[in-house]
Amino acid sequence: MATIIIIYGILAVGLIVSLAKSKEKTKIAFKVAKKSLLKTAPALLTMLGIVGLILGLLTPEKISSLIGAEAGIFATLTAALIGSLTLIPSLVAFPLAGSLLRSGATVMTISAFITTLVMVGIVTFPMEMKVLGKRFTLLRNGLGIIAALLIAFLMGVIL
Amino acid sequence: MKKFLKQFKLPLGVALVYILLFVFSPDIARRSSEVTWEYFLEMAFILPPVFILMGLMEVWLPKDKIQKWLGNDSGLRGGFFSLALGTLPTGPVYVAFPLAASLLHKGASITNVVIFLGSWAALKIPQLMVEIKFLGLPFALTRFALTTIALIIMGLFMKAMLTRFPDKEWLKSRENLPD
Repeated sequence: MATIIIIYGILAVGLIVSLAKSKEKTKIAFKVAKKSLLKTAPALLTMLGIVGLILGLLTPEKISSLIGAEAGIFATLTAALIGSLTLIPSLVAFPLAGSLLRSGATVMTISAFITTLVMVGIVTFPMEMKVLGKRFTLLRNGLGIIAALLIAFLMGVIL
Repeated sequence: MKKFLKQFKLPLGVALVYILLFVFSPDIARRSSEVTWEYFLEMAFILPPVFILMGLMEVWLPKDKIQKWLGNDSGLRGGFFSLALGTLPTGPVYVAFPLAASLLHKGASITNVVIFLGSWAALKIPQLMVEIKFLGLPFALTRFALTTIALIIMGLFMKAMLTRFPDKEWLKSRENLPD
């Protein structure tokens, strides 16, 4: 809800300023917006469908049973895989991670879950590729996986 | 029709998976559809204004200023500015992609755009509050510090790579945007 208010607030201010300065340019802005939105639409629909499929399979209970039960490198890698695949709002992800930590998952595993969740977005791939290009997206997410795993490892060692 | 099919082959493929799932595993299918619907509503509210904002950015952001603040010669200040821009409480990461594309087009450096996107996804202030609450301050702080370092390295590396091997296909698709 807060997100929606903030975005529409920024938009309202932007539009008022833009209209005051030039009607013509505002029209062009709308044209650009419409064109990009239509061009991105297939990628968006794909993303929506895949998010649903993944979260339909990987419920919070399922995630708990996959990475909460055992320790070790296997659990950490599973956590990284789940984190890369899912797109979960932080209000759901952090409480889940907290409860897993308390129920015995290692810091490394929990870090791997959180870092991949925020740094790697396999489901947002189609959209990111459409908007920022294939090479950019592959590099950013590929490096993101490596970085996320390194960070998780370091956090396991430090904390 | 042919063009439509080609353009929408991915979403149509996903729809097919849903149909199969409804036949073979209605439980999962129902859960998945609910999630998809929820996210659809969210995106239907959030994305139109985001794309209009992007349009406004394309039209109004002065190229010389963006180049100065976030461009190749913006240095440490540019990096810090990108990081700060990303931590603002705004919304899910898919909101940031169109904005990042606009910044790139207006002359922001690849390094700074990577830092901006990374910080948007990983270092959001409201998200950090939740993280501190559920995982503790040491966890959140360590992750924040390590992620910041990682983003800077990623950004520098990606700039080097994409300068040497530019994505021609993508550059071509963006030729007729207003300057």
